[in-house]
Amino acid sequence: MLEAYPDNRLARILLWGFSALAMAFLMLPTLVVVPLSFSASDLLEFPPRAYSLRWYENFFGSATWMAGLRTSLILGTLTAMVAVPLGLLACISMNRLGGKTASAIQGVLLAPSIVPGILLAIGLFFVLAAQGLVGTLFGVLVGHVVLAIPVVCIVLLPAVARFDWNQVQAARSLGADWARAIGGIIVPQLQISLLSATLMAFLTSLDESVISIFVASGRNSTLPKLMFLSLRDQIDPTIAAISTLWTAIVVIVVLIVTLRQKS
Amino acid sequence: MTIAADPALAAGARSERRFFLALSLPALVIVGLAAILPILWIIRQSFLTTGGEYTVGNYEKVLSSGLTWSALITTVELSLGTLAFCILLGTPLALALASVRPRVANLLMAFVMLPLWTSILVRTYGWLVLLRRDGLINAALTGSGLTAEPLPLVYNFTGTLIGMVHYMLPLFLLPVYAAMRDIDANLVRASASMGATLGQVIRTVILPLSAGGIFSGSMIVFIYTIGFFITPAVLGGGKVNPLSIRIERTLSTFQDWGSASVLGILLLVLMALVGAMFLVARRLVARNKVGAAHA
Repeated sequence: MLEAYPDNRLARILLWGFSALAMAFLMLPTLVVVPLSFSASDLLEFPPRAYSLRWYENFFGSATWMAGLRTSLILGTLTAMVAVPLGLLACISMNRLGGKTASAIQGVLLAPSIVPGILLAIGLFFVLAAQGLVGTLFGVLVGHVVLAIPVVCIVLLPAVARFDWNQVQAARSLGADWARAIGGIIVPQLQISLLSATLMAFLTSLDESVISIFVASGRNSTLPKLMFLSLRDQIDPTIAAISTLWTAIVVIVVLIVTLRQKS
Repeated sequence: MTIAADPALAAGARSERRFFLALSLPALVIVGLAAILPILWIIRQSFLTTGGEYTVGNYEKVLSSGLTWSALITTVELSLGTLAFCILLGTPLALALASVRPRVANLLMAFVMLPLWTSILVRTYGWLVLLRRDGLINAALTGSGLTAEPLPLVYNFTGTLIGMVHYMLPLFLLPVYAAMRDIDANLVRASASMGATLGQVIRTVILPLSAGGIFSGSMIVFIYTIGFFITPAVLGGGKVNPLSIRIERTLSTFQDWGSASVLGILLLVLMALVGAMFLVARRLVARNKVGAAHA
């Protein structure tokens, strides 16, 4: 946009120098953790004097961390398994109903994404406490599903809108029931969007920390909850190892999603 | 339209509508049970004593406590501070991104989005490593002789603010970048050919045309930061106590569900107020624009 000002060197340098700083600011905390995770020292030296895999061994050798990892992976999978079908049905419904009804449904479904996590967390804690369900996997799961549904809807709504509904009409008029029409016609055609939605729902659950902190406990503590507790107490380099693995996984998942959407 | 008048077909359309409505039901039920019911429960709990009797005592207790008001002030200070830095850092960055070729911009955007996809705990940990007394930044500062003593950069307001700006910057950037990318480059070219300086172009063409994006970005920053919990809890080191931290402490240290609920409602009220302010401001701006166009 600023190519009309090729000679204004000072402005460009200022603008670009400034942007480089802002970029460094954005990237630094994520990147700084990587070399530290391979350090051989108990101290957080930078750059590390000697390298080792001891913090990775520490992570994979610890029963507590492994239980947290297992819980987070199970929870992420269950969240995706529940949120994606519910989201898909809701998106079909909004697409077909249209108008004010669809807007109202969308409003309700997207609302949890703007409510502060801390409010959802304590409210859910109260409700679960009344049912004696605090600390159960179920309690955290419903919290995560509610947070994943908006993400799923944002991915699937445009995909459903692109779908040619005449195909379903044709199938219906030839005698297919709704389950067959949805499962046999809509789902296969939305495959790529459904895969994206599944990964996003999984990531939403994996990343969620506040609800887990309040509602999960004991054996059902998620990885983010354990990390939070550990960060509050001391700075354990094991977290650098977890962080590095975590970032690597997220980058891979996001790459898959963006590349598949492009192709 | 004789077809639409056919009662059998009309009944069919009605039952189909009911069917499509029912498709939303499972999602609506779970959002109702796990998001709406909990919020209602907070309201109910705020009027209950520990014994389960109705009372307004929780409100009297919380609203007469100085801690509540200082928490409210801290919350607003953190939000305003985050917003100020997001505007200062994010607007030039968005302008730079909007000025480069799309291919380069997409690559740079990927780097901007990386933190967005990184767990908040990973980022908070990264900041701890960077900002501690013996952390990287202090080592660089004292090592180069810029400061004699390590600066207190974390476990205080500064550290919390840095963490929050880092979290919000990509989210602020997205709408601003989108708005700037949509500006017709010919407008800038025309201004340049008429002799406008770069400063004038930024001030009178680019910023007014991206005001909508900056506005949306600001609203996102405010709505998100009001309820921030992880960042102040870890980077604040117990010294920064916005409403979210007070809620947690009231709940887990004092087991005072009633007071925690009142604090939660304060948070909701604050959010509603800020949201309403932004909507009113947007309407006023829109009206002024219409007025100016007619004048």
